[in-house]
Amino acid sequence: MKSLLLLLLLLAALPALAGPRGTGDLGVVVERASGQLLIVEHSTDTRLAEVDGLGDLSHASVVFSRDERYAYVFGRDGGLTKVDLLSGAIVNRILQAGNSIGGAISQDGRLVAVSNYEPGGVRVFDAETLEPVADIPAEYQPGKLSKVVGLVDAPGNRFVFSLYDADEIWIADLNEPHKPAITRLRNIGRAPYDALITPDGHYYIAGLFGEDSLALLDLWHPEQGARRILAGYAAHDEKLPVYKMPHLEGWAIAGTQAFLPAVGEHKVLVADTTTWRQEAAIAVHGQPVFVMARPDGRQIWVNFAHPDNDTVQIIDAETHAVVRTLKPGKAVLHMEFTPRGEKVWVSVRDEDRVVVYDTRTLEKTGELPAAKPSGIFFTDRAHRIGL
Amino acid sequence: MRSPCLLLCACLLINSAEAETLSSKRQNELRHLLYQDCGSCHGMRLTGGLGPALTPEALHGKPRELLIATVSEGRPGTPMPPWKPLLSKTEIAWLVDTLTGTEQRP
Repeated sequence: MKSLLLLLLLLAALPALAGPRGTGDLGVVVERASGQLLIVEHSTDTRLAEVDGLGDLSHASVVFSRDERYAYVFGRDGGLTKVDLLSGAIVNRILQAGNSIGGAISQDGRLVAVSNYEPGGVRVFDAETLEPVADIPAEYQPGKLSKVVGLVDAPGNRFVFSLYDADEIWIADLNEPHKPAITRLRNIGRAPYDALITPDGHYYIAGLFGEDSLALLDLWHPEQGARRILAGYAAHDEKLPVYKMPHLEGWAIAGTQAFLPAVGEHKVLVADTTTWRQEAAIAVHGQPVFVMARPDGRQIWVNFAHPDNDTVQIIDAETHAVVRTLKPGKAVLHMEFTPRGEKVWVSVRDEDRVVVYDTRTLEKTGELPAAKPSGIFFTDRAHRIGL
Repeated sequence: MRSPCLLLCACLLINSAEAETLSSKRQNELRHLLYQDCGSCHGMRLTGGLGPALTPEALHGKPRELLIATVSEGRPGTPMPPWKPLLSKTEIAWLVDTLTGTEQRP
Protein backbone atom coordinates (compact mmCIF):
# COMPACT_ATOMS: atom_id res chain seq x y z
CA MET A 1 0.00 0.00 0.00
CA LYS A 2 2.77 2.34 1.03
CA SER A 3 4.79 1.54 -2.07
CA LEU A 4 1.74 2.09 -4.27
CA LEU A 5 1.25 5.52 -2.75
CA LEU A 6 4.92 6.28 -3.34
CA LEU A 7 4.61 5.17 -6.95
CA LEU A 8 1.57 7.40 -7.45
CA LEU A 9 3.43 10.34 -5.93
CA LEU A 10 6.41 9.67 -8.17
CA LEU A 11 4.21 9.50 -11.25
CA ALA A 12 2.50 12.78 -10.34
CA ALA A 13 5.89 14.43 -9.95
CA LEU A 14 7.08 13.55 -13.47
CA PRO A 15 7.17 16.85 -15.33
CA ALA A 16 6.18 15.72 -18.78
CA LEU A 17 4.87 12.30 -19.59
CA ALA A 18 3.85 9.62 -17.17
CA GLY A 19 4.19 6.01 -18.19
CA PRO A 20 5.83 4.42 -21.20
CA ARG A 21 4.96 5.89 -24.57
CA GLY A 22 6.37 6.26 -28.07
CA THR A 23 7.92 9.44 -29.43
CA GLY A 24 6.90 9.16 -33.09
CA ASP A 25 4.19 11.79 -32.76
CA LEU A 26 6.21 14.22 -30.67
CA GLY A 27 7.99 17.37 -31.65
CA VAL A 28 9.24 20.70 -30.41
CA VAL A 29 8.34 24.33 -30.99
CA VAL A 30 11.03 26.96 -30.45
CA GLU A 31 9.82 29.87 -28.33
CA ARG A 32 12.60 32.11 -29.40
CA ALA A 33 12.13 35.25 -27.36
CA SER A 34 11.98 33.46 -24.02
CA GLY A 35 14.67 30.89 -24.81
CA GLN A 36 12.24 28.04 -24.22
CA LEU A 37 11.30 24.89 -26.04
CA LEU A 38 7.76 23.53 -26.12
CA ILE A 39 7.43 19.77 -26.30
CA VAL A 40 4.33 18.94 -28.32
CA GLU A 41 2.37 15.98 -29.61
CA HIS A 42 0.66 16.08 -33.02
CA SER A 43 -1.84 13.20 -32.78
CA THR A 44 -4.13 15.36 -30.69
CA ASP A 45 -2.32 18.69 -31.16
CA THR A 46 -1.37 19.35 -27.58
CA ARG A 47 1.43 20.87 -25.52
CA LEU A 48 3.15 18.45 -23.18
CA ALA A 49 5.92 20.39 -21.46
CA GLU A 50 7.99 23.55 -21.57
CA VAL A 51 11.79 23.45 -21.24
CA ASP A 52 13.68 26.50 -19.95
CA GLY A 53 17.26 27.64 -20.11
CA LEU A 54 18.23 27.19 -23.74
CA GLY A 55 19.84 30.62 -24.23
CA ASP A 56 19.46 32.75 -27.37
CA LEU A 57 17.14 30.84 -29.67
CA SER A 58 16.92 33.32 -32.54
CA HIS A 59 17.18 31.23 -35.69
CA ALA A 60 17.32 28.07 -33.58
CA SER A 61 17.03 24.73 -35.33
CA VAL A 62 16.69 21.16 -34.11
CA VAL A 63 17.69 17.62 -35.14
CA PHE A 64 16.67 14.38 -33.43
CA SER A 65 18.49 11.29 -32.24
CA ARG A 66 17.75 8.18 -34.29
CA ASP A 67 15.66 6.73 -31.46
CA GLU A 68 13.54 9.90 -31.65
CA ARG A 69 13.92 10.48 -27.94
CA TYR A 70 16.37 13.36 -27.82
CA ALA A 71 16.29 16.76 -29.49
CA TYR A 72 19.55 18.57 -30.22
CA VAL A 73 18.87 22.30 -30.21
CA PHE A 74 21.26 24.68 -31.97
CA GLY A 75 21.05 28.22 -30.58
CA ARG A 76 22.35 31.47 -31.98
CA ASP A 77 24.70 31.94 -29.03
CA GLY A 78 26.68 28.79 -29.87
CA GLY A 79 24.64 26.72 -27.43
CA LEU A 80 24.13 23.03 -28.20
CA THR A 81 21.49 21.55 -25.92
CA LYS A 82 20.33 17.95 -25.72
CA VAL A 83 16.74 17.69 -24.50
CA ASP A 84 14.95 14.49 -23.43
CA LEU A 85 11.46 14.63 -24.96
CA LEU A 86 10.11 12.05 -22.50
CA SER A 87 11.19 13.71 -19.27
CA GLY A 88 11.03 17.26 -20.62
CA ALA A 89 14.48 17.97 -19.20
CA ILE A 90 17.84 19.17 -20.47
CA VAL A 91 20.26 16.23 -20.45
CA ASN A 92 23.33 18.18 -21.44
CA ARG A 93 24.24 21.65 -22.68
CA ILE A 94 27.47 23.16 -23.98
CA LEU A 95 28.46 26.53 -25.40
CA GLN A 96 30.58 25.44 -28.35
CA ALA A 97 31.10 28.69 -30.24
CA GLY A 98 30.26 32.40 -30.18
CA ASN A 99 27.62 32.52 -32.91
CA SER A 100 26.01 29.61 -34.73
CA ILE A 101 23.40 28.97 -37.36
CA GLY A 102 22.35 25.32 -37.27
CA GLY A 103 23.42 21.73 -37.25
CA ALA A 104 23.04 18.18 -38.46
CA ILE A 105 23.26 14.62 -37.19
CA SER A 106 25.36 11.97 -38.95
CA GLN A 107 23.97 9.02 -40.87
CA ASP A 108 24.99 6.63 -38.07
CA GLY A 109 23.49 8.91 -35.42
CA ARG A 110 26.73 9.11 -33.46
CA LEU A 111 27.90 12.60 -34.38
CA VAL A 112 26.27 16.00 -34.13
CA ALA A 113 27.80 18.79 -36.23
CA VAL A 114 27.23 22.52 -35.73
CA SER A 115 27.81 25.24 -38.31
CA ASN A 116 29.27 28.41 -36.86
CA TYR A 117 29.53 32.02 -37.94
CA GLU A 118 31.96 32.84 -35.13
CA PRO A 119 34.49 31.28 -35.29
CA GLY A 120 33.59 30.33 -38.88
CA GLY A 121 33.59 26.58 -39.34
CA VAL A 122 32.01 23.31 -38.26
CA ARG A 123 32.47 21.59 -34.93
CA VAL A 124 31.56 17.96 -34.41
CA PHE A 125 30.45 16.39 -31.13
CA ASP A 126 29.65 12.96 -29.78
CA ALA A 127 25.86 12.65 -29.91
CA GLU A 128 25.81 10.69 -26.66
CA THR A 129 28.03 12.87 -24.46
CA LEU A 130 28.46 16.13 -26.45
CA GLU A 131 32.23 15.70 -26.04
CA PRO A 132 34.17 17.41 -28.86
CA VAL A 133 35.22 15.04 -31.64
CA ALA A 134 36.49 17.23 -34.50
CA ASP A 135 37.00 20.89 -35.32
CA ILE A 136 36.84 22.02 -38.96
CA PRO A 137 37.73 25.72 -39.24
CA ALA A 138 36.44 27.14 -42.54
CA GLU A 139 39.82 28.67 -43.32
CA TYR A 140 39.65 29.57 -46.99
CA GLN A 141 42.69 31.82 -47.00
CA PRO A 142 45.47 31.87 -44.42
CA GLY A 143 43.94 33.34 -41.26
CA LYS A 144 40.52 33.96 -42.85
CA LEU A 145 37.50 32.02 -41.63
CA SER A 146 34.20 32.00 -43.48
CA LYS A 147 30.72 31.90 -42.01
CA VAL A 148 29.29 28.45 -42.62
CA VAL A 149 25.72 27.88 -43.86
CA GLY A 150 23.64 25.04 -45.29
CA LEU A 151 25.12 22.22 -43.20
CA VAL A 152 23.48 18.85 -43.90
CA ASP A 153 24.23 15.19 -43.34
CA ALA A 154 24.85 13.04 -46.39
CA PRO A 155 25.07 9.28 -46.97
CA GLY A 156 28.47 7.78 -46.21
CA ASN A 157 28.69 9.51 -42.82
CA ARG A 158 29.52 12.78 -44.50
CA PHE A 159 28.57 16.35 -43.77
CA VAL A 160 28.23 18.93 -46.55
CA PHE A 161 28.25 22.69 -46.00
CA SER A 162 28.78 26.02 -47.77
CA LEU A 163 31.17 28.88 -47.05
CA TYR A 164 29.25 32.15 -47.33
CA ASP A 165 32.36 34.36 -47.52
CA ALA A 166 34.42 32.07 -49.73
CA ASP A 167 31.97 30.82 -52.41
CA GLU A 168 32.90 27.23 -51.65
CA ILE A 169 31.19 23.94 -50.76
CA TRP A 170 33.04 21.50 -48.51
CA ILE A 171 32.37 17.81 -48.02
CA ALA A 172 33.63 16.39 -44.71
CA ASP A 173 33.96 12.61 -44.54
CA LEU A 174 33.77 11.49 -40.90
CA ASN A 175 34.30 7.79 -41.22
CA GLU A 176 37.33 8.41 -39.05
CA PRO A 177 35.57 10.84 -36.72
CA HIS A 178 38.72 12.39 -35.24
CA LYS A 179 40.30 12.85 -38.67
CA PRO A 180 37.73 14.40 -41.01
CA ALA A 181 38.72 14.18 -44.69
CA ILE A 182 37.74 17.41 -46.47
CA THR A 183 36.92 17.83 -50.16
CA ARG A 184 36.90 21.50 -51.21
CA LEU A 185 34.88 22.73 -54.16
CA ARG A 186 35.76 26.28 -55.18
CA ASN A 187 33.99 29.00 -57.16
CA ILE A 188 30.60 27.41 -56.74
CA GLY A 189 28.82 30.79 -57.08
CA ARG A 190 28.68 34.06 -55.14
CA ALA A 191 27.52 34.16 -51.51
CA PRO A 192 25.80 30.82 -50.81
CA TYR A 193 23.25 31.65 -48.10
CA ASP A 194 21.63 28.27 -47.38
CA ALA A 195 21.43 24.81 -48.93
CA LEU A 196 19.46 21.60 -49.08
CA ILE A 197 20.14 17.98 -49.86
CA THR A 198 17.54 16.08 -51.88
CA PRO A 199 15.59 13.52 -49.79
CA ASP A 200 17.49 10.66 -51.49
CA GLY A 201 20.84 12.21 -50.54
CA HIS A 202 21.96 12.45 -54.15
CA TYR A 203 22.17 16.20 -54.79
CA TYR A 204 23.22 19.17 -52.69
CA ILE A 205 21.83 22.54 -53.80
CA ALA A 206 23.09 25.86 -52.45
CA GLY A 207 21.07 29.05 -52.92
CA LEU A 208 23.19 32.01 -53.98
CA PHE A 209 22.61 35.53 -52.78
CA GLY A 210 25.23 37.06 -55.07
CA GLU A 211 23.89 35.83 -58.40
CA ASP A 212 20.70 34.71 -60.12
CA SER A 213 21.35 30.99 -59.95
CA LEU A 214 21.85 28.07 -57.59
CA ALA A 215 24.79 25.72 -57.21
CA LEU A 216 24.14 22.00 -57.77
CA LEU A 217 26.51 19.31 -56.53
CA ASP A 218 26.05 15.65 -57.50
CA LEU A 219 27.19 13.80 -54.37
CA TRP A 220 27.60 10.61 -56.37
CA HIS A 221 30.20 12.48 -58.43
CA PRO A 222 31.79 15.20 -56.32
CA GLU A 223 34.84 15.03 -58.61
CA GLN A 224 32.73 16.74 -61.28
CA GLY A 225 32.40 19.82 -59.07
CA ALA A 226 29.35 22.03 -58.61
CA ARG A 227 27.49 23.55 -61.51
CA ARG A 228 25.10 26.47 -61.80
CA ILE A 229 21.43 25.77 -62.35
CA LEU A 230 18.54 28.15 -63.12
CA ALA A 231 21.15 30.73 -64.15
CA GLY A 232 19.74 34.14 -64.99
CA TYR A 233 16.31 33.47 -63.50
CA ALA A 234 15.86 37.17 -62.76
CA ALA A 235 17.87 38.60 -65.65
CA HIS A 236 15.01 40.63 -67.07
CA ASP A 237 13.45 41.87 -63.87
CA GLU A 238 14.33 44.54 -61.36
CA LYS A 239 15.50 43.05 -58.07
CA LEU A 240 13.16 43.65 -55.14
CA PRO A 241 14.48 44.18 -51.62
CA VAL A 242 14.75 41.01 -49.51
CA TYR A 243 13.70 41.65 -45.90
CA LYS A 244 14.37 38.09 -44.79
CA MET A 245 16.65 35.52 -46.35
CA PRO A 246 14.91 32.48 -47.83
CA HIS A 247 15.54 29.03 -46.35
CA LEU A 248 16.19 25.83 -48.23
CA GLU A 249 15.17 22.39 -47.00
CA GLY A 250 14.87 18.97 -48.59
CA TRP A 251 11.09 19.36 -48.46
CA ALA A 252 11.19 21.39 -51.65
CA ILE A 253 11.40 18.30 -53.85
CA ALA A 254 8.07 16.94 -55.10
CA GLY A 255 8.32 14.03 -57.51
CA THR A 256 10.55 15.13 -60.39
CA GLN A 257 10.11 18.80 -59.62
CA ALA A 258 12.13 21.02 -57.28
CA PHE A 259 10.35 24.11 -55.95
CA LEU A 260 12.82 26.79 -54.91
CA PRO A 261 12.51 30.37 -53.63
CA ALA A 262 13.79 33.09 -55.98
CA VAL A 263 15.86 35.81 -54.30
CA GLY A 264 14.72 39.38 -54.92
CA GLU A 265 11.76 38.15 -56.96
CA HIS A 266 8.29 37.34 -55.74
CA LYS A 267 8.42 33.97 -57.43
CA VAL A 268 8.81 30.27 -56.75
CA LEU A 269 11.09 28.65 -59.31
CA VAL A 270 10.40 25.15 -60.59
CA ALA A 271 13.20 22.94 -61.88
CA ASP A 272 13.01 19.48 -63.43
CA THR A 273 15.15 17.23 -61.22
CA THR A 274 16.29 15.07 -64.13
CA THR A 275 17.65 17.89 -66.30
CA TRP A 276 17.85 20.64 -63.62
CA ARG A 277 16.43 23.07 -66.18
CA GLN A 278 13.91 25.69 -65.18
CA GLU A 279 10.36 24.60 -65.97
CA ALA A 280 8.39 27.50 -64.57
CA ALA A 281 8.38 30.55 -62.35
CA ILE A 282 5.23 30.89 -60.27
CA ALA A 283 4.22 34.40 -59.21
CA VAL A 284 3.48 34.52 -55.48
CA HIS A 285 2.47 37.03 -52.81
CA GLY A 286 5.93 38.16 -51.64
CA GLN A 287 9.56 37.12 -51.21
CA PRO A 288 9.28 33.37 -50.45
CA VAL A 289 11.06 32.15 -47.30
CA PHE A 290 10.09 28.48 -46.89
CA VAL A 291 8.89 26.54 -49.93
CA MET A 292 7.80 23.13 -48.65
CA ALA A 293 6.21 20.19 -50.41
CA ARG A 294 3.56 18.24 -48.53
CA PRO A 295 5.05 14.77 -47.94
CA ASP A 296 3.05 13.27 -50.84
CA GLY A 297 4.32 16.03 -53.13
CA ARG A 298 0.89 17.21 -54.29
CA GLN A 299 0.90 20.66 -52.62
CA ILE A 300 3.59 23.24 -52.06
CA TRP A 301 3.18 25.57 -49.07
CA VAL A 302 4.98 28.91 -49.13
CA ASN A 303 5.46 31.61 -46.50
CA PHE A 304 6.94 35.06 -47.03
CA ALA A 305 9.40 37.68 -45.81
CA HIS A 306 8.50 40.88 -43.95
CA PRO A 307 6.28 42.84 -44.66
CA ASP A 308 4.19 40.10 -46.37
CA ASN A 309 4.65 37.59 -43.57
CA ASP A 310 0.99 37.35 -42.54
CA THR A 311 0.29 35.12 -45.54
CA VAL A 312 0.73 31.51 -46.62
CA GLN A 313 0.03 30.37 -50.16
CA ILE A 314 -0.60 26.86 -51.41
CA ILE A 315 0.50 25.86 -54.90
CA ASP A 316 -0.85 22.83 -56.76
CA ALA A 317 2.27 20.88 -57.74
CA GLU A 318 0.61 19.59 -60.91
CA THR A 319 -0.92 22.77 -62.36
CA HIS A 320 1.39 25.31 -60.65
CA ALA A 321 -1.69 27.36 -59.75
CA VAL A 322 -1.92 29.13 -56.41
CA VAL A 323 -5.00 27.34 -55.09
CA ARG A 324 -5.40 29.13 -51.76
CA THR A 325 -4.12 32.18 -49.92
CA LEU A 326 -4.34 31.86 -46.14
CA LYS A 327 -3.89 34.58 -43.52
CA PRO A 328 -2.81 32.69 -40.40
CA GLY A 329 -1.82 35.93 -38.65
CA LYS A 330 1.05 38.37 -38.17
CA ALA A 331 4.58 37.04 -38.74
CA VAL A 332 4.30 33.47 -39.97
CA LEU A 333 7.80 32.07 -39.44
CA HIS A 334 7.69 28.35 -40.10
CA MET A 335 5.56 25.38 -41.15
CA GLU A 336 5.89 21.68 -40.37
CA PHE A 337 3.89 18.82 -41.86
CA THR A 338 2.90 15.76 -39.84
CA PRO A 339 4.82 12.71 -41.11
CA ARG A 340 2.21 11.68 -43.69
CA GLY A 341 1.07 15.21 -44.34
CA GLU A 342 -2.61 15.28 -43.33
CA LYS A 343 -1.93 18.30 -41.15
CA VAL A 344 0.47 21.20 -41.06
CA TRP A 345 1.46 23.32 -38.07
CA VAL A 346 2.16 27.00 -38.73
CA SER A 347 3.94 29.27 -36.23
CA VAL A 348 2.55 32.80 -35.96
CA ARG A 349 5.16 34.74 -34.00
CA ASP A 350 3.46 38.05 -33.31
CA GLU A 351 0.21 36.42 -32.25
CA ASP A 352 1.86 33.98 -29.85
CA ARG A 353 0.24 30.90 -31.32
CA VAL A 354 0.68 27.88 -33.53
CA VAL A 355 -2.17 27.25 -35.97
CA VAL A 356 -3.01 23.78 -37.29
CA TYR A 357 -4.50 23.30 -40.78
CA ASP A 358 -6.06 20.26 -42.41
CA THR A 359 -4.12 20.00 -45.69
CA ARG A 360 -7.05 18.43 -47.56
CA THR A 361 -9.72 21.02 -46.74
CA LEU A 362 -7.18 23.83 -46.13
CA GLU A 363 -9.28 24.77 -43.11
CA LYS A 364 -7.93 25.63 -39.69
CA THR A 365 -8.59 22.78 -37.26
CA GLY A 366 -6.78 23.85 -34.13
CA GLU A 367 -4.54 26.25 -32.33
CA LEU A 368 -1.98 26.13 -29.50
CA PRO A 369 -0.63 29.00 -27.43
CA ALA A 370 3.15 29.48 -27.74
CA ALA A 371 5.33 32.47 -26.83
CA LYS A 372 6.78 34.05 -30.00
CA PRO A 373 7.04 30.68 -31.78
CA SER A 374 9.53 30.22 -34.61
CA GLY A 375 10.76 26.79 -35.74
CA ILE A 376 8.56 23.68 -35.47
CA PHE A 377 10.26 20.28 -35.66
CA PHE A 378 8.59 16.85 -35.53
CA THR A 379 10.54 13.73 -34.62
CA ASP A 380 10.06 11.97 -37.97
CA ARG A 381 12.92 14.18 -39.17
CA ALA A 382 15.15 11.70 -37.31
CA HIS A 383 14.80 9.30 -40.20
CA ARG A 384 15.14 11.66 -43.10
CA ILE A 385 18.40 12.40 -44.89
CA GLY A 386 19.35 16.06 -44.53
CA LEU A 387 16.93 16.94 -41.73
CA MET B 1 4.27 47.15 -60.81
CA ARG B 2 5.08 47.29 -57.19
CA SER B 3 7.98 49.70 -57.01
CA PRO B 4 6.21 52.91 -58.16
CA CYS B 5 3.58 52.31 -55.51
CA LEU B 6 6.21 51.69 -52.86
CA LEU B 7 8.15 54.78 -53.95
CA LEU B 8 5.03 56.89 -53.75
CA CYS B 9 4.29 55.57 -50.28
CA ALA B 10 7.87 56.22 -49.26
CA CYS B 11 7.69 59.82 -50.52
CA LEU B 12 4.45 60.42 -48.67
CA LEU B 13 5.94 58.95 -45.53
CA ILE B 14 9.11 61.02 -45.82
CA ASN B 15 7.18 64.23 -46.49
CA SER B 16 4.96 63.74 -43.51
CA ALA B 17 7.96 62.67 -41.46
CA GLU B 18 9.74 66.00 -41.25
CA ALA B 19 7.79 67.19 -38.25
CA GLU B 20 6.82 63.74 -37.07
CA THR B 21 7.20 62.65 -33.49
CA LEU B 22 6.82 58.97 -32.81
CA SER B 23 4.04 57.83 -30.51
CA SER B 24 5.00 55.38 -27.80
CA LYS B 25 2.90 52.76 -29.63
CA ARG B 26 4.95 53.28 -32.78
CA GLN B 27 8.19 53.18 -30.78
CA ASN B 28 7.15 49.80 -29.38
CA GLU B 29 6.39 48.54 -32.89
CA LEU B 30 9.79 49.71 -34.08
CA ARG B 31 11.55 48.11 -31.13
CA HIS B 32 9.72 44.87 -31.96
CA LEU B 33 10.80 45.21 -35.60
CA LEU B 34 14.39 45.81 -34.52
CA TYR B 35 14.75 42.74 -32.35
CA GLN B 36 12.47 40.37 -34.24
CA ASP B 37 12.89 41.28 -37.92
CA CYS B 38 16.29 42.99 -38.10
CA GLY B 39 17.17 40.19 -35.67
CA SER B 40 16.57 37.53 -38.32
CA CYS B 41 19.93 38.49 -39.85
CA HIS B 42 21.63 40.43 -37.04
CA GLY B 43 20.58 38.11 -34.19
CA MET B 44 17.69 38.66 -31.82
CA ARG B 45 20.13 40.10 -29.32
CA LEU B 46 21.74 42.07 -32.17
CA THR B 47 25.02 40.29 -31.53
CA GLY B 48 25.34 39.39 -35.22
CA GLY B 49 24.43 36.58 -37.58
CA LEU B 50 24.70 36.63 -41.34
CA GLY B 51 24.76 40.40 -40.83
CA PRO B 52 27.17 42.18 -38.47
CA ALA B 53 26.55 42.87 -34.77
CA LEU B 54 24.55 46.05 -34.07
CA THR B 55 25.45 46.51 -30.42
CA PRO B 56 26.47 50.03 -29.23
CA GLU B 57 30.06 48.75 -28.96
CA ALA B 58 30.03 47.40 -32.53
CA LEU B 59 28.61 50.67 -33.88
CA HIS B 60 30.90 52.90 -31.81
CA GLY B 61 32.64 55.58 -33.88
CA LYS B 62 30.40 55.15 -36.92
CA PRO B 63 28.88 58.50 -37.99
CA ARG B 64 25.11 58.80 -37.41
CA GLU B 65 24.50 59.95 -41.00
CA LEU B 66 26.32 56.89 -42.35
CA LEU B 67 24.19 54.56 -40.24
CA ILE B 68 21.00 56.34 -41.31
CA ALA B 69 22.05 56.10 -44.96
CA THR B 70 22.87 52.39 -44.55
CA VAL B 71 19.44 51.61 -43.12
CA SER B 72 17.65 53.83 -45.69
CA GLU B 73 19.48 52.72 -48.81
CA GLY B 74 20.75 49.26 -47.84
CA ARG B 75 24.22 48.05 -48.72
CA PRO B 76 24.45 47.04 -52.38
CA GLY B 77 26.29 43.76 -52.86
CA THR B 78 25.21 42.50 -49.43
CA PRO B 79 21.87 41.13 -48.17
CA MET B 80 21.15 44.44 -46.34
CA PRO B 81 17.98 45.78 -48.01
CA PRO B 82 16.88 49.44 -48.24
CA TRP B 83 14.32 50.16 -45.51
CA LYS B 84 13.10 53.49 -46.87
CA PRO B 85 10.21 51.86 -48.76
CA LEU B 86 8.84 50.72 -45.39
CA LEU B 87 10.01 53.30 -42.83
CA SER B 88 10.02 57.09 -42.57
CA LYS B 89 13.16 59.17 -42.11
CA THR B 90 12.21 59.89 -38.51
CA GLU B 91 11.65 56.19 -37.85
CA ILE B 92 15.01 55.24 -39.34
CA ALA B 93 16.77 57.94 -37.29
CA TRP B 94 14.99 56.70 -34.16
CA LEU B 95 16.15 53.13 -34.87
CA VAL B 96 19.74 54.27 -35.36
CA ASP B 97 19.68 56.32 -32.15
CA THR B 98 18.18 53.37 -30.28
CA LEU B 99 20.93 51.11 -31.56
CA THR B 100 23.76 53.45 -30.64
CA GLY B 101 22.16 54.17 -27.28
CA THR B 102 21.71 57.88 -27.93
CA GLU B 103 17.93 57.84 -28.14
CA GLN B 104 16.48 59.90 -25.29
CA ARG B 105 14.21 57.69 -23.22
CA PRO B 106 11.06 59.49 -22.03
